[in-house]
Amino acid sequence: MLDDTDRRILRQFQAEPDLSAQGLADRVGLSHGACWRRLEKLRSSGILKGQEAVIDWRALGWAVRVSLRITLDKTRRNAFDAFLEEVRKVPEVLEIQTLLGRVDIRLELIARDLSHYQTIWRDRILTLPHIADIEALMHVADIKSVDELPL
Amino acid sequence: MTAPLNLDAADRAILRALVGDASLSASELGRRLGLSQPATWRRIRRLTDAGILKGRRLVLDREALGFGVTVFLGIKLAARGRPELEVFERAVCAIPEVQIVEHVLGLYDYRLRVTARDLPDFERVLRRRIMTLPGVGQVESNVLLSEERLPGPLG
Repeated sequence: MLDDTDRRILRQFQAEPDLSAQGLADRVGLSHGACWRRLEKLRSSGILKGQEAVIDWRALGWAVRVSLRITLDKTRRNAFDAFLEEVRKVPEVLEIQTLLGRVDIRLELIARDLSHYQTIWRDRILTLPHIADIEALMHVADIKSVDELPL
Repeated sequence: MTAPLNLDAADRAILRALVGDASLSASELGRRLGLSQPATWRRIRRLTDAGILKGRRLVLDREALGFGVTVFLGIKLAARGRPELEVFERAVCAIPEVQIVEHVLGLYDYRLRVTARDLPDFERVLRRRIMTLPGVGQVESNVLLSEERLPGPLG
């Protein structure tokens, strides 16, 4: 079970994932050893699964970001599996979410520009199996983007 | 906007590796890719300075931490709510359970990612915090069942 100190460590580490072990220990007011032991326990229990780098695709020249909301033809028995298997092969897809609600799948898709988006849309997305309906939300601006859980 | 940096195969390999594990040291990364530690470090530095490596995030077991429910919301502002755009944005960003707010074009005006302890907790956030925001018109909720992140076009 997590106690308040564990939560404090995770809160601080979430806010500053670049911190060194010593820096983190200083922030939460623990000795280096005590902080390290708690981090190890969080890792071994699977709560802290790791750290991943975040890429700014816009800085790499990928200017277009689109949320695709897809409804699948559920009368087809293996619609989800067949769709997911194929969509994983589209390199411009960054995220795949399965949902419960009005739409079944959300994709986060990037493209270099609008004409590139049109090509991907026509050649790689509309050709995916078992799509019943598809809507696009074009990303304009990030108003808020925090990955941190409100611990 | 400055011209995008041209990445070579080694840069792309570094990005792929760091997306998988951002805690890799330059020497470990270099060993894997057959580069020296200083060469790897310089490349990471260049990718960071160019803003391509934007930072890192912790990967946490959300459920084990008590955040069992994630919901995606599409929000359309009421026609008469348009002048209140800034008020809406300030208010929605102040809700701690709201992790992502994106201004979008299409069927909705905003796309939100909301995290909650469970469905009753989500319902509380939705009813007390989101439906009461200034200018809110139509709201659509989709509950997240599963999620995968892919490395992106680094091939």
